[in-house]
Amino acid sequence: MITGNFEYHQPGSIPEAVALLSKLGDDARVIAGGHSLIPTMKLRLAMPEHLIDLQAVKELRKISVSGGEVCIGAMTTQAELIASEELHKAAPIVRETSLQIADPQVRYMGTLGGNVANGDPGNDMPALMQCLDASFTLSGPDGERTVNAREFYEAAYFTARDDLEILTEIRFPAYSGGYAYEKQKRKIGDYATAAAAVLLTKGADGSCEQASIALTNLSDTPLFCEEASRQLVSDGLDSASVNSAVASAMGQIDPVDDNRGPAEFKRHAAAIILRRAIQQAWARA
Amino acid sequence: MSKQTINLNVNGQSVTAEAEPRELLIHVLREQLEITGPHIGCETTHCGACTVDMDGMSVKSCTVFAVQAQGKEITTIEGLGDPDKLHVLQEKFKEHHGLQCGFCTPGMITRAHRLLEENPNPTEEDVRFGIAGNLCRCTGYQNIVKSVMAAAEELNKPESVT
Repeated sequence: MITGNFEYHQPGSIPEAVALLSKLGDDARVIAGGHSLIPTMKLRLAMPEHLIDLQAVKELRKISVSGGEVCIGAMTTQAELIASEELHKAAPIVRETSLQIADPQVRYMGTLGGNVANGDPGNDMPALMQCLDASFTLSGPDGERTVNAREFYEAAYFTARDDLEILTEIRFPAYSGGYAYEKQKRKIGDYATAAAAVLLTKGADGSCEQASIALTNLSDTPLFCEEASRQLVSDGLDSASVNSAVASAMGQIDPVDDNRGPAEFKRHAAAIILRRAIQQAWARA
Repeated sequence: MSKQTINLNVNGQSVTAEAEPRELLIHVLREQLEITGPHIGCETTHCGACTVDMDGMSVKSCTVFAVQAQGKEITTIEGLGDPDKLHVLQEKFKEHHGLQCGFCTPGMITRAHRLLEENPNPTEEDVRFGIAGNLCRCTGYQNIVKSVMAAAEELNKPESVT
């Protein structure tokens, strides 16, 4: 399994990386942890002539929490997300999700930025970021801009990121309410057959004050379930309203037959997983 | 594509290799540096037989280009123990039949080494979760888990006073 030939570049800063990418254009790909890109290159589904490795860009490797906002550099690895107590206090759903991604070796290398920028519907972080209402910072030749995670994904491997932009930062509000990331997979290391991220805030009177639901690998993009989330807030968490919210979310999914099972099976699994995630999040709220 | 000079520290020794950017770390280790402990099982990031330690992380060396490892410290099974002085993990794998064909063993032990460095008192569940990136097609994992647990216990013993 040998990849095509390429030239290797290792810029030391964001401006340097952006300038390199602008200069090399379509022939170049940015590499973060490489655990999606290298396998794709081995299969020659990707044959970039230049690889721009971001490992030496120190400012991309950070986790900070201040003023109720979490800011994570794109090159922060899953292992670093898991290990950070500060992040765990600010948004415990992140560790829960990261631990369900791939295996230990992959989590030492795999990055948050790579996971969200790749646009693979199988990746777990995109739905989580939609659930957390995250925004992504993109740096390109014309400067910086910010795109909301809920508007970032257009189709499988197509995102709002321009080819000449680099995703540098992920920001989202700290969230200490009830949370759950539930994932059905065939085995450790596999992508989800179905997965759901749920955040629920319980008010002093026991009502659901805030709800956010997003789904992984059930369409060609991650799915933020706005209507289902709204329903939980307006109708509460009794079994009839949970059924109705799950049904609403299921109306959004569009799974396809593949080696993880026929679409009908995935619909069945998705409803169970979402229900479990809602129950778990509510129990923790 | 022209070759690049890659400097690594492998098992405590500074080494230099010449490699094209597309050469994987596992290929450079095995074919140029003749460090054949890490094995090539699947070459697709699944099996973990090529696991090495890189700057304190367990990585699958089939999914790292050698150029990405420039300047890094690599530890392979050869750096953990040798036939005359086995590492505790090697001793325990031997004692508890933690291997049959042995193909996965270098990756398994290299991974277990990092796991115990990070978590010296693992539960059985921690061990199973921690070695989930390493596949074994012989043992059914029971004896591998036993071996790692036994190694943890041994490593945690207060040093005997001589």
